[in-house]
Amino acid sequence: MKLLTLNFLTCARKACKSTTLAFPLRPKDAELEIVEADLEPLFIRNILPRVEWEALRTLCQDLGLPQLPPAAPEPAALFAPNPSDPSIPSDKLVRPGKEGEGEGEGEGEGEEGAPTQTLKDLHHVLLETTIREGKLVCGNCGHAYAVKEGIANFLLPSHLV
Amino acid sequence: MPESDSRGEAYEAEHVHAVYEQIAAHFSSTRYKPWPIVSSFLSTLPAGSIGLDVGCGNGKYLALNPSIYTLASDRSTNLAKIAASHQPHSAIVADNLALPHPLKTFDFAISIAVVHHLSTVERRREAVGEILAMLREGGRALVYVWALEQKGSRRGWDKGGEQDVMVPWVMKGPKQEKPAKRRGKGERTFQRYYHLYRKGELEEDVVAAGGTVVESGYEKDNWWAIATPREAEVSTA
Repeated sequence: MKLLTLNFLTCARKACKSTTLAFPLRPKDAELEIVEADLEPLFIRNILPRVEWEALRTLCQDLGLPQLPPAAPEPAALFAPNPSDPSIPSDKLVRPGKEGEGEGEGEGEGEEGAPTQTLKDLHHVLLETTIREGKLVCGNCGHAYAVKEGIANFLLPSHLV
Repeated sequence: MPESDSRGEAYEAEHVHAVYEQIAAHFSSTRYKPWPIVSSFLSTLPAGSIGLDVGCGNGKYLALNPSIYTLASDRSTNLAKIAASHQPHSAIVADNLALPHPLKTFDFAISIAVVHHLSTVERRREAVGEILAMLREGGRALVYVWALEQKGSRRGWDKGGEQDVMVPWVMKGPKQEKPAKRRGKGERTFQRYYHLYRKGELEEDVVAAGGTVVESGYEKDNWWAIATPREAEVSTA
């Protein structure tokens, strides 16, 4: 499972879900695997405001990954200022069509420059770094959920439901 | 058909969960055509929307909109494994009645052909309520269930009929299997439990679960509703 997934997971038990202790779940005995994924710069840009940065930092720390900066990068740090850089094929810069339709927040739509290293690093951490085997532990009740072959299992034993 | 009070968790474990776990690969190979209402719901979401696909099956709806992020879940490990292949989304194993997500977080959720597998009205409403609890204020959930009123279908069910039914799934044996020790050349029939919704019942469940129906309708043998969490009533006391 990708690290991005963990940003949207907490303990399945009703008593834990509303506590701050249960989020994020903490990895234990995690075996990481890098799974290459296509870089979609606009996807990263759009998803970033929804990422709980502090939880992601904690996670990276737990997993022994390079430390993330204290605050999430600003949108301006994700794209190089010069969109006409000839070394970058233009179809890598902008995805045609649908984005931003129906909501007027597609700021600067279609004018992004080349993805910066910051964006590529985010892509690598959020989408390509995955937990293949291990456990995810609730900080409130201590229950450990297993991750096997990259799939986390949140079914509770009947005495915990 | 068992009495209503003998249904519940253990009953679903046998008549829903165990069946899907066994038929996962075959079931998945027959599930690729998206329903129009679901397609239009997903394709009109703004880029960057975050949501859930609860009871995602093989994840056939994950491919529809790559500019949103969907965290999909299914009760069947074998189906979740198939669903996990759709980038950039994610798939996990979870129970609709105990979803492992932070409350009031998501922009949207879909529940397609799932809630009708829960075997009591209390559990169906709990399932809808659990999904609504994950939505932020103004978030929307599309719930899609099998209709009782489908006399045009080959199954012939219609108004006034039995709503709690077993529906067979026939799985052909592998081709290289040694000739027929079992009848029908290795065919196996699995029975899945369904609650067939009568007209208006889905809307009643949404309201009982703490939701407001934004829009609802009927599409080819199914009832659907788009629901939003009811805003907390402001106390004037």
